[in-house]
Amino acid sequence: MKKIPDSKLINLYDRLIQGESAALARIITYFENELPATVEISRLIQGNLGKAMVIGITGAPGAGKSTLINAYIRELRKRKLSVAVAAVDPSSPVTGGAILGDRIRMSEHASDPDVFIRSLSSRGKSGGLSEYIGNIIDVMDAAGKEVVLVETVGTGQSEVEIAEIADVSVVLCPPGLGDGIQAIKSGILEIGDFLVVNKADLPFAEKTVLELKSALELRKEKAVIPVFSTVATTGEGVSSLVDAVASCFYQISRDRHSHHHKRILKRVADTATRNMKNYILKLSEAAKTSLCEKVQSGELTTDQAADLCFKEYIQK
Amino acid sequence: MSMKENTFDYPPKVLVTKIGLDGHDRGSRIVAAYLRDAGMEVVYTSPWQKIEAVVRLALEEDVDVIGISSLATDHLIIPQLMGRLRHSGLEHIKVVVGGIIPAAEQANLIESGVSHVFHPGVSRELIVETFLKLTHESRNANENRP
Repeated sequence: MKKIPDSKLINLYDRLIQGESAALARIITYFENELPATVEISRLIQGNLGKAMVIGITGAPGAGKSTLINAYIRELRKRKLSVAVAAVDPSSPVTGGAILGDRIRMSEHASDPDVFIRSLSSRGKSGGLSEYIGNIIDVMDAAGKEVVLVETVGTGQSEVEIAEIADVSVVLCPPGLGDGIQAIKSGILEIGDFLVVNKADLPFAEKTVLELKSALELRKEKAVIPVFSTVATTGEGVSSLVDAVASCFYQISRDRHSHHHKRILKRVADTATRNMKNYILKLSEAAKTSLCEKVQSGELTTDQAADLCFKEYIQK
Repeated sequence: MSMKENTFDYPPKVLVTKIGLDGHDRGSRIVAAYLRDAGMEVVYTSPWQKIEAVVRLALEEDVDVIGISSLATDHLIIPQLMGRLRHSGLEHIKVVVGGIIPAAEQANLIESGVSHVFHPGVSRELIVETFLKLTHESRNANENRP
């Protein structure tokens, strides 16, 4: 890709800050694909960050995440808040292609200029998010969106990364998800600030709520995690969820500074991991072979081999 | 033609949709799957989209190519879509139409700015190849904008 002239980038940044959708869309593309322009844009937007309320929505495939987000947006719009959604769908591990279909269920807001929806492919990344989701949230924040909703890929039991990225995370548990054991396993049920039994009009919904509540009582740390019931298709229960999430956010915001620092730290750690991994995978064939042989023969443990690469990386 | 023979800085992003009142979405689903299997990122919608919604979606998703499936005369409103895309500053996005398009009405679509029209029986290879070629064209046009 050709280098974009600085004057064009500054113009794009100005349009972003004014909340222009086309500029927001383009800059998300830059970050999603790690194009060179992102270095300059990251620098420009630093002063415009930390205002949006970032809410993560996660849960099993088919739990109703997209439909809940649709109802959630409706409530936010009643409260006159502007919204951006980043909806992540899985990519094919074989071809890298993806069908991005989350926004089908949000089409109610298709003509509302204060709702911006963007679909993202996970591009093979584990954790249910997109590699650059943190940057993409920042760009939405800089564009002046008051609430950013992040929808993860339909997750299993261990996709907990959303909790580190969002201010408040909401975990959806469909009714009848299994016996009580499922509810006490470690994993996504522990990362939620809120648990939501969606599809509460289905049989077993009440039983699921009870199971979740009793499982939460068994936990050692007694932080109260509220359990809500919603029917996303009708909007039932969503209004009280929106209010509860907002008040949770305002409580956290009192400690906004350290919260923001936590997120920056995670971003730095993620970038370090990524750079290190790329460095190792792009070593010369001879260096790779030598490294593997040393581990195979027992001359180095994998930990020592990693340390060695790390030292080399710093010296380069 | 596979993705390997085409180099992109990042995967093609395309929209497969239907406008108007026709709900026959089998064709659009198959095309969406072809494009996904060719390594593209495909935003897929249900049928019955409004023109305004398609334009918004194309803008927010920053797509390279839009594929419209039309099996029951909905192609007649495609010139309106082309006008709305231009009006919204999205003239770099290429539009492909596939389905039942009478020969006599095809010229009108091309004249309105549609890049390509597919008829029944077209091969998977040709569909994929066309979307890849148009992705290149769309990105070049977008980069060279003032």
